Amino acid sequence: MSLQEFLAMGGYAFYVWTSYGICLVVLLANVVIPIIQRKNFLRQQGLKQKRQDL
Amino acid sequence: MFLVPDLVVRFFHRMASPPHFYAFSERLMPWLVVIFMLLAVTGLYGGLYLAPPDYQQGDSYRIIYIHVPSAWMSLFIYVVMAIAGAIGLIWRIKLAEIVMISSASVGASFTFIALVTGSLWGKPMWGTWWVWDARLTSELILLFLYLGIIGLYGAIDDKRTASKAVAILALVGVVNIPIIHYSVEWWNTLHQGPTVAKMDKPSIHVSMLTPLLLMALAFKVYYAIALILQARVELLQRERNSQWVKTKAVEEGGL
Repeated sequence: MSLQEFLAMGGYAFYVWTSYGICLVVLLANVVIPIIQRKNFLRQQGLKQKRQDL
Repeated sequence: MFLVPDLVVRFFHRMASPPHFYAFSERLMPWLVVIFMLLAVTGLYGGLYLAPPDYQQGDSYRIIYIHVPSAWMSLFIYVVMAIAGAIGLIWRIKLAEIVMISSASVGASFTFIALVTGSLWGKPMWGTWWVWDARLTSELILLFLYLGIIGLYGAIDDKRTASKAVAILALVGVVNIPIIHYSVEWWNTLHQGPTVAKMDKPSIHVSMLTPLLLMALAFKVYYAIALILQARVELLQRERNSQWVKTKAVEEGGL
């Protein structure tokens, strides 16, 4: 099977790859967002801490 | 209590303590990511490449490898969320409340994926993006339940009170779970009946079933990863005034 044949998904490329694409985006968002939130929170709290120490 | 080994009891006691949970989850994370990657890569390779096309649906059926595991997860996570809610309600364990609310966003995501991929599968196979059949409608109600839970939690400032309200809502919503599961048997619907989870053997060939089960396992591990990441943020925010969070902020705050 060639790569082109694989990507064509027997004519259902749009439906199959859109499904997998949306799934990937949603699942990625669910791990990336909390990582960013944690970094931001710790930075904020760290700065607050520093201000209080001064 | 006599039935549970002392070691297990001690493990759960330690895990209920926020700083211990935080440290333990940090050490667990790389292992979970490796296991998830292995399962997902082999599952996708088997499902998208090795498994033959369906004799009726051609290659469009390959949506099954994310659609069905997502739908399973949408139910599984709801049950976990309701159980955690009940534990939080009865014993007032902070970590149970956090597991409950952190599960909601992951559960909503899987419900959303199940609905969207189902729609994308329905268009070429049924000729329509959506029908108000029992399975689809009850799954849509599940999405609204998840969103209602997230909204309710956000609307109440005191997070202990919010957890109580959310737990009650989650427990009431449990009635929807058997309705979703049995909808294809109770009502004559467009959505097909069960293929894997039924009394006699699954009506799907092993070359198609194996990747499906691998993906189901991969999504379970993914849930653990997403749950932990979400729970850690929730935990830090709730414990912002405790010493261990202050220390952590100074260490990791990039100062």
